[in-house]
Amino acid sequence: MAQGVSNSNRPAKPPIWNDPVYRALFFQFLVLGGVIALGAYLISNTLDNLARQGIASGFGFLDTTAGFSILMSLIDYSEENTYGRAFFVGLFNTLLVAGIGIFFATIFGFLVGVARLSSNWLLAKMATVYIETLRNIPLLLQIFFWYFGVLRNLPAPRDSAMVMESFFLNNRGLYSPRPVFEDGFALISWAFVAAIVIIIFMAKWAHKRQEKTGQQFHTVYASIGIIIGLPSIAAVIAGFPMSWNYPELTGFNFTGGIVVIPELVSLALALSLYTATFIAEIVRSGIMAVSHGQTEASYALGIKPGVTLRKVVIPQALRVIIPPLTSQYLNLTKNSSLAAAIAYPDLVLVFGGIVLNQTGQAIEVLSITMAVYLTISLLISAFMNWYNNKMALVER
Amino acid sequence: MSEIAIQAPTKEMTVTDDVMINMIGVHKWYGEFHVLKDINLTVHKGERIVICGPSGSGKSTMIRCINRLEEHQQGQIIVEGTELTGDLKHVEQIRKEVGMVFQHFNLFPHLSILDNLTLAPIWVRKMPKKEAEEVAMNLLERVKIPEQAKKYPGQLSGGQQQRVAIARSLCMNPKVMLFDEPTSALDPEMIKEVLDVMVELAEEGMTMMCVTHEMGFAKTVANRVIFMDEGQIIEENEPNEFFNNPQNDRTKLFLSQILSH
Ligand SMILES: Nc1ncnc2c1ncn2[C@@H]1O[C@H](COP(=O)(O)OP(=O)(O)OP(=O)(O)O)[C@@H](O)[C@H]1O
Ligand SMILES: [Mg+2]
Repeated sequence: MAQGVSNSNRPAKPPIWNDPVYRALFFQFLVLGGVIALGAYLISNTLDNLARQGIASGFGFLDTTAGFSILMSLIDYSEENTYGRAFFVGLFNTLLVAGIGIFFATIFGFLVGVARLSSNWLLAKMATVYIETLRNIPLLLQIFFWYFGVLRNLPAPRDSAMVMESFFLNNRGLYSPRPVFEDGFALISWAFVAAIVIIIFMAKWAHKRQEKTGQQFHTVYASIGIIIGLPSIAAVIAGFPMSWNYPELTGFNFTGGIVVIPELVSLALALSLYTATFIAEIVRSGIMAVSHGQTEASYALGIKPGVTLRKVVIPQALRVIIPPLTSQYLNLTKNSSLAAAIAYPDLVLVFGGIVLNQTGQAIEVLSITMAVYLTISLLISAFMNWYNNKMALVER
Repeated sequence: MSEIAIQAPTKEMTVTDDVMINMIGVHKWYGEFHVLKDINLTVHKGERIVICGPSGSGKSTMIRCINRLEEHQQGQIIVEGTELTGDLKHVEQIRKEVGMVFQHFNLFPHLSILDNLTLAPIWVRKMPKKEAEEVAMNLLERVKIPEQAKKYPGQLSGGQQQRVAIARSLCMNPKVMLFDEPTSALDPEMIKEVLDVMVELAEEGMTMMCVTHEMGFAKTVANRVIFMDEGQIIEENEPNEFFNNPQNDRTKLFLSQILSH
């Protein structure tokens, strides 16, 4: 067909209304415009209503005294502090429970996922039962189970379960000794930092040496030795500049030590055990996605099972695992807002609940809260995308 | 280590008397299913053996027993004087010396061609990376695709991938090469480029065991052709005799079927 004769060899451009690029752009602008208009209408409407009720809009309320206490706080907080500070208390509590949850869900999920593939019949069956049970029970119910069913039913402080006279478990929470740092502790911290730096250089050196001479070096064992050894030596030199503050029973409750409140324990437990079931399935499918032929080819070359796992199976499995893993991390973070049900003072309970009720600043409070979750989610997925790209780049 | 087997030169062979692989009374079961029944086979250094037979006759299983990708339950398999037992050291030892090429190439898709080739020399032979890469490049030259070194397996044609797989095995400098239907997953136009590489390898004196239905290859390259059916070696002869004067009825039937295609 001699249609579209132009002086270059490129195909002729279609008219602008038929060009897919412009069409897509046009519709996107249309949708965006609609959303903005709707948002503007809603906001102006609400502002009108607030003004009528005599509630000032704006973020000035953040500097007002909060006047309520919070069950648990990672930063100094009391009733005299501001709403702004209460916000950070809630934020850090959310980050804490999400962090703990992600950490344990990942470890446990990987273990269970591998266990389900195990040739050990009992182990595989146990993993299957665990996954199928916990995955199908609503998360809120699991949180209730751990909180009301287990932790609240623990003995009173007087009859605490005790380990080595220093850890106490009762219905007020888990009490453990708190380290108290004395003069000279800085030396140990520095020794720790130094150990990490040394390990990084050692890993580089070992890699270089292997490239040059082919000799392998037990980096992992050496690293463990260094990271334990150096700070220990520093501790001896500094004369153990650290002591423990033990929890003690005074009256009806314990004082001293570190307290992990039952709300945190049950929420973290439920979140990690529930999410671990999904992660286990992701891990299992990731490993199964690496064909048996890959392992066989590696074995046939004389490569040992350990190296095969590290260099052949895991790198390929990870590329399958990472994208769905990201969404599990995001789910866990969002699910942590179920905290409200057992009064764990997370961001939603403290800020989206108490602060909103006391101030009536619905728009401000909710938009800040939503922005926080959005930011956390975007950060997690940005990190995962970066990591994923790094892994995927190797493909083609 | 390897003892010199005393061997009557009944058939004309261009080989020395060293035994490379010795299978004595080997049996294997998959559960109830008896896959290999009393396999007795001696392969000498420099010999090229082609194995053929109907689908499901146990050809793959037999050669996979030689580097213990499959375990045999009865009898002895001795490779270069080392017997294959449950002893992992023996298995490791033998796998280092035995190369294998698979029907579906089984290249590592996450590694570049060069890294595919250097992985085993670096981790098994503890070779410095530089040296491993030099060896790898030489072998890529030999299979005529040095320009693909930096690419990834997914970017290569089937024929090129299979040649990379051959080069990858050769990097370990094996004493025997096992091929399991190396050309049957390939488009016809690519079969020749792979067979050419294999013929060259044979000419250089490599000991080879090859499961294939490429009868042209068998005629030009093999010292011996083995016919398997239902887990047994039914017939074994030098190629001319094997094709022109098969003894067993099952061999005749099989040959008439594949040659009529
Ligand atoms: N892992 C296994 N478990 C059970 N049976 C198996 C297994 N692997 C192979 N078999 C059976 O063993 C028999 C021999 O299989 P094998 O793969 O050795 O045959 P083959 O001669 O290579 O056939 P093909 O020409 O189709 O590759 C077949 O009947 C097959 O179904
Ligand atoms: Mg086969």
